[in-house]
Parts: sequence; structure tokens; C-alpha cells
Amino acid sequence: MIVRGADRVLVMGITGKQGTFWTERMQAYGTRVVGGTHPGKAGTTHCNVPVFATARDAMKGTGFDVAVLFIPPLMVKEAALDAIEAGARGLVVLTEHIPVQDVMHFVAAAKERSVWILGPNTAGAVTPGECFAGFMPAFNERIFRKGSIGVISRSGSLGVLFCLNVVQAGYGESAFLGIGGDPIIGTTTREALIALDHFPGTEAIVMVGEIGGSMEEEAAEYARTMTKPVVAFIAGGAAPEGRKMGHAGAIVTGSKGSYASKRSALEAAGVTVLDTPSGVGAALKNRLGR
Amino acid sequence: MNFEEHAAKPLLARHGIAVPRGALATTPDEAARVAAGIGAAVVKAQVPAGKRGKSGGIQLAATPDEARTRAKAILGIVIAGHKVERVLVEEQVPIARELYAAVLNDPSSKGPLVLFSTGGGMDIEEVAARAPESLRRQAVDIRRGFSRAESATLVRGLGLGAAEGKVADALAQLYEAYTALDAELLEINPLIVARDGRVIALDCKFVMDDSGIVRHPDVAPAGTPEKLTGLEARAKAAGLKYIDLDGDVGVLANGAGLTMTTMDMVRHYGGRPANFLEIGGEAYTQARPALELLLSKPGIRSLVINFCGAFARTDVMTGGVIEAIEALKPRLPIFFSVHGTGDEEAIKLLKERLGVTPLPTMNDACKAAVAAGKSLR
Repeated sequence: MIVRGADRVLVMGITGKQGTFWTERMQAYGTRVVGGTHPGKAGTTHCNVPVFATARDAMKGTGFDVAVLFIPPLMVKEAALDAIEAGARGLVVLTEHIPVQDVMHFVAAAKERSVWILGPNTAGAVTPGECFAGFMPAFNERIFRKGSIGVISRSGSLGVLFCLNVVQAGYGESAFLGIGGDPIIGTTTREALIALDHFPGTEAIVMVGEIGGSMEEEAAEYARTMTKPVVAFIAGGAAPEGRKMGHAGAIVTGSKGSYASKRSALEAAGVTVLDTPSGVGAALKNRLGR
Repeated sequence: MNFEEHAAKPLLARHGIAVPRGALATTPDEAARVAAGIGAAVVKAQVPAGKRGKSGGIQLAATPDEARTRAKAILGIVIAGHKVERVLVEEQVPIARELYAAVLNDPSSKGPLVLFSTGGGMDIEEVAARAPESLRRQAVDIRRGFSRAESATLVRGLGLGAAEGKVADALAQLYEAYTALDAELLEINPLIVARDGRVIALDCKFVMDDSGIVRHPDVAPAGTPEKLTGLEARAKAAGLKYIDLDGDVGVLANGAGLTMTTMDMVRHYGGRPANFLEIGGEAYTQARPALELLLSKPGIRSLVINFCGAFARTDVMTGGVIEAIEALKPRLPIFFSVHGTGDEEAIKLLKERLGVTPLPTMNDACKAAVAAGKSLR
């Protein structure tokens, strides 16, 4: 699920306000946007690329590897299935508030065809120096610089904060993976950790999790087997039980998904758990020895 | 969104699952009238919380007079913070066996999970811990669904005897209801085998996926809206994600993760957050109404505004914040941290319009807000 500079990107919903704004930025950064979709605007050109009615038509027209979806919640299932059936290698699903059963549907279809999905409710992925897919400020050099730290985050804004701290500490990122804040997502923390562990040029991984669910605990099981250092932060330690803090996934009921459970699972697996985001630089220096 | 038992059971019935006869009552007299129509009854408090039995919220009544007395005792008590305003009066069903059945969203398998156990009546964590051999689970591919045949396989070999077929029916119907209703959890505990052989849902817990509510205009009005404070209700009406907390350091940030982290940092430096308020995603243009709302909360001594722009542009959010500050002229100390998309323009705006420079990091801003709040106490 790491998007590379050579990957051909299809922007679904390219003609909308956000689709346009972020397509222009992706193009300026170097993302190889080859086309877009809008059911009513097939045959036109937008952001200097051809617009198709469907992903299937786009596959026949220009071909593509990765689809980025700027699509309203209730229409995502159909669009995602379209991209999967067209033969996409991966999908970046940015939309928030997609009914969870729709998510399960296209995630199952993707799994069957070995298509990766980042999201839903993600800010996307960045491979500094190559490209980005979604709406991350990849072009901001104080936040993204080519380097050796892999960063995983459920939250886009918190991902930005950690990347800022990584760069301020003198490092850069090999890749940033936004996995999304929904309760059910295509790529779990554990799966993102495995991908970055195998991504060449990655020397350490920063994992930004949050309360709710058991993804961090599951990731800890894999972290235990790794030789690369992992540094983690869990947001939501101060959140009260039983209230959803914005992300549908971030809810604590009973002991399940609590800060304490995640922290102890990660520490037991040899992961350095940070008290504050600004501690990430010192933790990386400590673990990497430079 | 939660549905109380009385709202959830008719939905089960719609999918073919048997439920006890009964009706809702809001007064003791009404409870007596319902009981008169059904005979020996059980009077059950209706609140969106579990453990009603242990709190005295479920009582038996042999006669209508007893139903009146029981309803009088239950109405008005508080269970898990919820005042009981309604009781469900239902027929008593003689129980032969108590079972557990549920379908829920499972993040690990990324699909629906069907759970069944012969250890009904306990909560499922207890069953999993005490009698794991009685717990059956099956992950489902939502594209294929969960058939009657699969249901029969799942409940086989658990000694259900003559009831096995009806239990398999109920479990398959429960799965149908789960998909039809955009449920994130649909649980029957207990599902009982009655002495006369019927299989009946004695209770039901239903949580609808909040993102699916728009697809169910017919059913959604029967759900229990989240209990909100005055400010929370105002925020919700304005499309803002706001939660009241009991501290005195106000928090405004973009994105759920960043906002939670800002609260964490306030606590880390010895302060207490007054609220959760985030304007990430599409709400990033709502900074002005968001801050105006927050400033109307009594007891806030200082404020931290923390923006890290990705999709949410910090220049747009900062512009909104400045408008709110210029309109309301708040006296409390405000500390900014601004990074990410649009930050250069945002910092310029703050300097020009408010004569303020953001602090270098969010830690600095949180620390300063906590210190400023304390000095004002």
C-alpha cells in the first residue's frame, strides 16, 4: 500500500471542489495522475487529464494502478467496487461517514482480488520525493522530507504533527501511511507495519494510534518479531469512557480499547511508547543511536 | 445510535423472530392496564444501558395491581445515569433454556461476526471467560451473507434437542435483520427456549451504525438520541463535534486524533480539558461558530487552539478564529500552535489581525494554557 512515483493514479470524483484542489497539488508534487472519473462528464478534460464515466472505462482508456476516491459517502461502495473490478492495484478511500456495512462489502471484494485499501476516512499516503495520494501537505518541506522513518497514523492531522516532529528532529520519512479513523478499515495498523517493515530504506517506524478497538494490540504482536525499532503514540488517554471522540473507531467501553491496554501491549513488545508527540525525535535518536 | 428494548423488539419481529407480547407504559396505571391484557407480567425499565436487573429495573408482577406497584417503584429511578421514564410490560414466559445470539461488526475480520452461545443471560465477556467451549463464532463475508444452512451448522452439537431448528431459524433471521438495519450490533440475550418449545427473544440490544442512519428514515426515529448537554445539542445542530468535559482549559483543534492529543497534553501538563471540539474534515470552515460556541461555555480560564492542516487548511481555520475573537473580544488568554497546509498565511493573519505569534509547538501552547489558567484561579 505504498504509492510510488511510477504508479498511475486515477482520481475518482476529480471534478468536485476538493477533487480539483487536491489533484492540482498532487500533480504539482509529481504524482502521476493519468485520469479522473465523473459519471456525467466523460469525454471532457479536467486538470489536464481525461475524464471517464467509470474506473472500468479509465482502465480501457489510459490504464491506472491506484484509484483515489473523492466520492460522497453513500456512493463510495459502488465506486470502490468499480475500481476493484476494473483491476486497480490499490485504493485510497478518503471519505468519512460511509456506512460500515458498505465498507465491509468493498473491503471483502478487495481482499479477494489482493487489492490494498487505505481508509476509509484517511488523509492518504505520501512517499516523499516521489508522490502523494489524498490530501496530505506533502509539499510542505517542514513536514515531509525524504528519509528513513516510516510513519503510520489513523488520523491525518495527528500524522501531520508527527511528521513535523520527525523532520524537526533531523530525520525524514520513507513513507507515510494514513490508515483511517473508521472502526473498520482496509489496512490495519499491523498490516501497515508489515508493509513498512519490508519497505526498502526504512530504518525505524513511528506508529500513531488511538484509543478504541484492538488494532494497536494486534500490531504489537508483529512488532515483537521486528528488528527495526518502533516508536508509538496513543492518542486519547484523557478521553472519557463511552464517548466517541470524533473518530467512530475511538471509543472505549470497559477495558476494551483502553489507553492502558494498548500501552502495556506495545511496551511488552519492545515498542517505545511516547508521552508526548514532541518526544518522537529523542526516542528515534535513542533507538537508532544517531 | 442505540435502540432501547421496546424499540428493538418490533424490528426483530419484523424479521420473523418471536418476542413476548407487551406494550410500553409511562405511568403505573398504564402498566396495570397493559398487564390486564396479558396476565402474569414482567415490568422492565427502558433505558439505554445494561445491568437493569441488578439495579432493580426488572420486576415480576403476577396481577395488574402488582404491575402498577412495580411500575411505580421502577419509574423515576436512575440506572447508569439515565432516569427511567418508561417501562415495558410484557408477558412472563416460562424458561427452559437461556441462550445468547448476536451479530456485530468485527474490525479484526473486517466483516460481520455471528456469535452464539448456550450460556445465555450472562454478558458475553463472562461467557468467553467462563465457558469458552459453549461459544461459537463465525466470521461472515457480507457479500455472501449467512444462510439458514450455515446457521444450522453453527448451532449443531450443543444439545439444543428439539429446539435446534427454531434456534437456527432465529439466528439466520437475526443476521438478516442486522444487514437490513445497518446494525453495528444486534444482540439477543437471552434468546430463550420456552417450556412449551417456542424460541423467543426476551431482550434485545440494537445499535445502528451512525453512518447508516440516513438510509433508515422509517426506523431511525425510534432510536434513543445520545444524551447531550445544552452546548452539545447546540454544537450538534450546527454540525460540530463537541463534548463537554469538566476542566477549565478550552480546546479547539482540527481532526479527532489531534484534538484528543491536545486534551492529552493539557492533562500531561497538569491541567484539565474543558471540552473536546474538533473542526477537521469538511468542518474546517466552521472555526468561527465553533469558537463562539466554546467561548460561551462558563468556567473556561484559558484556551489552546491547535491546528495541523492536512485537508483542513490552517489559513481558513485561523481566519474563522480571528473573526470570532474580533466579534466576541474574549478576555481569556489564548495560545496558538499552527502547522501544516496554509500555515504561512495563517501565521501572517494572526500577526496582522491579532498581533499574536503562535508558539513553536503544541506542547508549548498546551503548557502555556495550563499555566495561564492556574494563575487565574
